[in-house]
Amino acid sequence: MMKLQEFDKKLILEDGSVYVGKGFGDKDARVRVFEIVFNTSPVGYQEILSDPSYTDQGVVMAYPLIGNYGMTAEDYETKTPTIAAMIVREYNGEPSNYRSVNTLDEVMKRYHIVGISGIDTRKLVRNIRDYGSCRAIITDISENTDEAVKRLKEHVLPTDTVSRVSRKYMKEYTSDHAKYHVVAVDCGMKDNIIRSLVKRNCCVTVVPWNTPAQKIWSLNPDGLFLSNGPGNPEDVREVINTVRQLRGMFPIFGICLGHQILSLSYGAKIYKLKFGHRGGNHPIKNLTTDKIEITSQNHSYAVDAESLKNTPLEVTHLNLLDNTVEGVESVRDRVFGVQYHPESAPGPQDSGYLFDKFISLMKEGKRHA
Amino acid sequence: MPKREDIRRIMVIGSGPIVIGQAAEFDYAGTQACLALKEEGYEVILCNSNPATIMTDPAIADKVYMEPLTLEYIAKIIRKERPDALLPGIGGQTGLNLAMQLERKGVLKECGVELLGTSSESIERAEDRELFKELCESIGEPVIPSQITYSLEEAKKAAEAVGYPVVLRPAFTLGGTGGGFADSEADLLKIGKQAFALSPVHQVLIEKSVKGYKEIEYEVIRDHNDTAITVCNMENFDPVGIHTGDSIVFCPSQTLTNKEYQMLRDSALRLIRALKVEGGCNVQFALDPHSSQYYIIEVNPRVSRSSALASKASGYPIARVSAKIGVGLRLDEIQLANTLASFEPALDYVVTKMPRFPFDKFVTAPNTLGTQMKATGEVMSVGRTIEESLLKAVRSMEIGADHLYLLRFESMTSDELYKYITRDTDDRVFAIAELLRKGGNINNIHDLTAIDRLFLRKIRNIIQMESQLRDNVGNPDMLYRAKRMGISDKAIAHLWKCDEAEI
Repeated sequence: MMKLQEFDKKLILEDGSVYVGKGFGDKDARVRVFEIVFNTSPVGYQEILSDPSYTDQGVVMAYPLIGNYGMTAEDYETKTPTIAAMIVREYNGEPSNYRSVNTLDEVMKRYHIVGISGIDTRKLVRNIRDYGSCRAIITDISENTDEAVKRLKEHVLPTDTVSRVSRKYMKEYTSDHAKYHVVAVDCGMKDNIIRSLVKRNCCVTVVPWNTPAQKIWSLNPDGLFLSNGPGNPEDVREVINTVRQLRGMFPIFGICLGHQILSLSYGAKIYKLKFGHRGGNHPIKNLTTDKIEITSQNHSYAVDAESLKNTPLEVTHLNLLDNTVEGVESVRDRVFGVQYHPESAPGPQDSGYLFDKFISLMKEGKRHA
Repeated sequence: MPKREDIRRIMVIGSGPIVIGQAAEFDYAGTQACLALKEEGYEVILCNSNPATIMTDPAIADKVYMEPLTLEYIAKIIRKERPDALLPGIGGQTGLNLAMQLERKGVLKECGVELLGTSSESIERAEDRELFKELCESIGEPVIPSQITYSLEEAKKAAEAVGYPVVLRPAFTLGGTGGGFADSEADLLKIGKQAFALSPVHQVLIEKSVKGYKEIEYEVIRDHNDTAITVCNMENFDPVGIHTGDSIVFCPSQTLTNKEYQMLRDSALRLIRALKVEGGCNVQFALDPHSSQYYIIEVNPRVSRSSALASKASGYPIARVSAKIGVGLRLDEIQLANTLASFEPALDYVVTKMPRFPFDKFVTAPNTLGTQMKATGEVMSVGRTIEESLLKAVRSMEIGADHLYLLRFESMTSDELYKYITRDTDDRVFAIAELLRKGGNINNIHDLTAIDRLFLRKIRNIIQMESQLRDNVGNPDMLYRAKRMGISDKAIAHLWKCDEAEI
């Protein structure tokens, strides 16, 4: 291989492929194994960096130019990002946008996130599409590749991600004209979900992921919200059991991991997609209206359509790219969930109506109470 | 919704010969649309007076009329051919205007010809400034504030209301003579005096100036089921003030955050829904670089020059899909290669469009640019970085340049170049490159041109690579980096003072 003075890091994948590049962010961060995934959004690296669903993952940005508009004060999805790594074709450390307060590099240094640039991300994305998401590592260029691959193969990805990113204490977010009380189970919740609910006159009590059903019930909510979050929903059996005890008592709305948890609580099955859905251009068909929404996506697991047949849940939304289940609902139990992100951030804002639907279910519930 | 079975023969009006201000892009769109209609089993009757396009090749349409594109001739053809329907909006403004005239004169009604795609009311609402302003206001979308005034006193009040700086546009003067920008009341009074004197009806429009705003475009498409998507967005290198057809354009946008990108996407989709456009549509925005304030500049409810660029840039055939929407298909019923037309393309590259000007043929014409388009063609290039993409475009122009370098600027001093770039000319990007080569300051250039610093820094990166190459003659690492940036063998050979073949 050609020696290039500006390249000082390399990315090694479980399948043995190696990509050399230039480090940025926290170059001295503890070398650790992560799951490598790719995202196709042309904008929104700040939201992606700070989305807790990416905990322990290294994200390859398919769009080649990252850093152009810097980092703003307002667009974080969580205060302390837990993403493992950013992998880009070109990092731009001279942002140009009036709202920019930091460069991406500065923020990554602050939160000990390693980055690598100069990578042929097009080839890498193809690699992941063919081989599937896998374990990967970013090391100094001088490290021994074979040893690293061996380490990758032996490494077991952690299953405690939700407990690490969830709030440890209850926290309340109020709106000036609060009409509804939502209890939100935090499995790694994006801030824009809270903003979306507060904007619609909800007082949101965010509770830790392992809050028991009894406790949630005693908070007397008008509706229960199940958040997005990292990892496999089967790793959080406690939450599935909690939902099983609470469903039917008040409207329940789940997003992403929350949608999977909701489905599992009814006995549905989930499976892992080869390389997941991550991006802002997925067309979803709403089977009730026949209309199409362009959606923001970030998930590795999907609900098995076949397994829903024995549950009261109906499929409400389908992904038009691969026909996977993107939404379920039980009208009887006033519960529904979507696999995608109606709160967007980043991504298209076509699906805000789902929050309105949650509000109208709570309104109905209040009337009958 | 399946395709329409009640129509069989469809007429398509082309854009006619290539003229200044309208390049060959409509032939590309028209050909695509004709083939799409034939693919669905319709008989296509094409009217286009341009023999120099593949569109009028007998293989593209079933019948071709190479007659002048005037109301009289087209009406004659319609009366003879009796098509069931007419698909406007494919032959650019020419085709659209003719369709509107045919509708107004009652020819379509007389012959029982239905207008496919976007309705004539919608087209009128998009094209008529007053109606469009009303529509935007009704859905809360901002248009550039303006007021019509009849005296200096009124003009003064209007300027205060819309806020300085303002543009004065006297009514009915040739090419807007007598108008101009006013930063203050003193300016306004000075320019206003001559503006009112020159306008035969003593009428001057006072409009808020958006000079220096970012010019951003969105290509959107909608079907009659109200599904609407974005094909892509674009950001102009030159800020508002230079016609987008004359501007260097990058796709996708480069300096927008997710919030700004989605804000404008939502706005474009709200507009196309309010207008009930069925097919492709282009929406142009002016975005304040210092706030989230934006204004809608204009909407083209048809296949346009920008949509031809957007199609090629994204791989999404807008004209083909528009034609199929016209005959009743929904976006999720139209198959594009291995996917449905209802997705949004995600790019992993940067596209540069550079306009090609005819100043080499019209040597006496002034090469200054403004709000009237002067380009007659354009090149498009694809690269993984802005630098690579831009340099590829430069080389594709066939203007004898194989790098961001023109001999005529080398002899100019920095002062001369600073002065030169304040004029909006066709070759300004080369002058900026030369100025940076001579040590010009990015902030100064930005202040003079309002071109975003991000773009200026990209040009600076290329200049820096030049000097690194000069300092490292023959170094293979250097060569690798230069090639990765997209610098041509010829440019490297020039810097290394060797033969191109040696590189």
